[in-house]
Amino acid sequence: MEKNIIIKVCMGTGGVASGGEEVLEKFKEMITKSGLNVKIDTKCNAQKVGCRGFCSKDVLVDVIVDDVKTTYKHIKPDMVEKIFNEHIINGVPVNEWLAGSEYNDFHNKQTKVVLSHCGDIDPEDIDSYIAVGGYNAARKAILEMSSEEIVSIIKNSNLRGRGGAGFPTGLKWELGLRIKSDVKYVICNGDEGDPGAFMDRSVMEGDPHSVIEGMIICAKATQSNYGYIYVRAEYPLAVKRLQMGIDQCYTRGFLGQNIFGSDFSFDLKIFQGAGAFVCGEATALMRSIEGKRGMPSPKLWRSAERGLWEKPTVLNNVETFANVPKIILNGANWYRKLGTDRSGGTKVFSLSGKVKNTGLVEVPLGITLREIIYDIGGGIEGGKDFKAIQTGGPSGGCIPAELLDTEVDYESLAHAGSIMGSGGMVVLDENTCMVNTAKFFLEFTQAESCGKCTPCRIGTKRMLEILERITSGKGKEGDIELLEELGNHIRATSLCGLGMTAANPVLSTLKYFRDEYIAHIKEKKCPAAVCRDLITFTIIEEKCKGCGSCKRVCPSDAIRGTRKSPHRIDKELCIKCGSCFDACKFKAILKV
Amino acid sequence: MEETLEKILKTYHENSGNIITILQDIEKNFGYIPEEAVNWFAKKLDIPASHFYGVATFYSQFHLKPRGKNIITVCRGTACHVKGSERLINRLCLELDIPEGEETTSDLKFTVEKVNCIGACGIAPVTLINNTVHGRMTIDKLIKEIKKIKSE
Repeated sequence: MEKNIIIKVCMGTGGVASGGEEVLEKFKEMITKSGLNVKIDTKCNAQKVGCRGFCSKDVLVDVIVDDVKTTYKHIKPDMVEKIFNEHIINGVPVNEWLAGSEYNDFHNKQTKVVLSHCGDIDPEDIDSYIAVGGYNAARKAILEMSSEEIVSIIKNSNLRGRGGAGFPTGLKWELGLRIKSDVKYVICNGDEGDPGAFMDRSVMEGDPHSVIEGMIICAKATQSNYGYIYVRAEYPLAVKRLQMGIDQCYTRGFLGQNIFGSDFSFDLKIFQGAGAFVCGEATALMRSIEGKRGMPSPKLWRSAERGLWEKPTVLNNVETFANVPKIILNGANWYRKLGTDRSGGTKVFSLSGKVKNTGLVEVPLGITLREIIYDIGGGIEGGKDFKAIQTGGPSGGCIPAELLDTEVDYESLAHAGSIMGSGGMVVLDENTCMVNTAKFFLEFTQAESCGKCTPCRIGTKRMLEILERITSGKGKEGDIELLEELGNHIRATSLCGLGMTAANPVLSTLKYFRDEYIAHIKEKKCPAAVCRDLITFTIIEEKCKGCGSCKRVCPSDAIRGTRKSPHRIDKELCIKCGSCFDACKFKAILKV
Repeated sequence: MEETLEKILKTYHENSGNIITILQDIEKNFGYIPEEAVNWFAKKLDIPASHFYGVATFYSQFHLKPRGKNIITVCRGTACHVKGSERLINRLCLELDIPEGEETTSDLKFTVEKVNCIGACGIAPVTLINNTVHGRMTIDKLIKEIKKIKSE
């Protein structure tokens, strides 16, 4: 009897880092080998798929036998042989390696629109995308719909910009269509610069054609003939897969002159960024494509009127474009019903930090933070207490436990002092110092400030100096008030979004975790025992077995003691790196 | 060098490139932006060298000093920070004897640099060793990797 067998190996950045390539090679090797030695009639096909979102369990492998899917987690090359022999040849799954209910729970509680194909199709093969209905929406838009019809569907769907600001996409496109010009551009913003966010990377790597298709539809809607995808330098795999996708589209006639046989033409190119966070800002991004320093300009007119090379330009985020083909196929109503009254559809978040299940999470807007962290994320790692969730990256803020029932949408998160942003969610537990976290973000924005306007260039520098003072035990009375004053001024007077939101991490932590700031300033103590200058390491004599593990890992030879007798730490030599704390199996090292 | 620069100039003309694409090609070929390369292009294209430097110093992808043979990039994204990436950097600099404010060892064998986020937050903390992504990095694992490279 002929069995239809498909093996899918996760090959997103997470999968590759965990050894996905070796696992795939091993499967291919086993298939070739079995073809020679084992006589079974199988159509066996091993393929690579993009990120399926559950990166903490990589490498994930699906084995599909006659449409019955079994998912394995944490697969290493040396485990492949057993899976192959027992499951594929003998038909008995290897139970101890199954991803199990945890994997199903993680996925079942999500609503997948943008990620519906990620981790399922081969991102490097256009036919794999076409097989799941790919390019039907673009064909329909080009051949059967007018620009006005497309704009009206997008408007009715309530889709809002997924890059963070939440501007209604339909309105932007309407303006783009109305402005008359011989040359117009469509740009996809793939400069996902927020640390802690990887939704766009996963879409570009896992389903690049959905982005290209969304752009083709937008080009038709706004009557633009040229497009750019701006991808940040740090995402080489995304660049590679998008380029393959674009090349395949040119061969099929989906891009270039007379696409789908119509009289409409659209050319698409990739521009690779060169590493600057501020280039995620629309005007800075366009300067960067022009080959200049990526500095934002005052918004005297909308990009839809004057953008790239002074020509009308419609710019949207990766995820926004990836939503478009599905809206065209399923209709505006279907999409609008998925979300809240104010914002339609779903949003992809990247859940990371101190949470059990890290990875990509796609949920309808309006879900609560608690549901994301506990129902999908599985709660806090290592049984620790939840302290806060950081949303929106360096432009966002930290939301404390008492606000966990906040609904996730643009307005509610802003109300809580944070922003939705592009979708980064980093969970912080009791071992995280909030002052240190605020300092971390300010270091980031300070370094990435382009320097054009004074409030951002100098204001963030002064705020950072105060935070450095506080975390090194030199905080002064009045520092908190000064931080608030500076923060409010920078917010009110900066030129672009980077400056306007730079103080958010500080202001939100001051609002919800003020006592931690006070402990640093008045008692010179870091309650979470993180800030290096405010903690000491000591060995508890009664607990120390004298095993010497701490002594071996100490980089500064600060630990003294003979075997089997209690050791001690020389405070003069200790550089407080914490290696001994990690190495001790008897919890004999005290960090306060 | 001249030959490589000619090639870069050719791609620039063919693909209607700009200063950023030129610098990206220089960086790809030489591992950094040598002064001679900038001067050569400034003359050929009649663009002041200051324009090249204006762009080169703006973007973190460009380096004006030669870099080490082995490049270790530590991700400083939020998830990696929360999971201890700062300690990885401190320990690396100590282990490789890189003075504060510098990135490269004096023998040009190693460069330790930070990157804002490589977007592999699910397996934080993440380190790139010569462009290979290593997830869930620990100080122990890092030291072993360095020893391996040193002995090669």
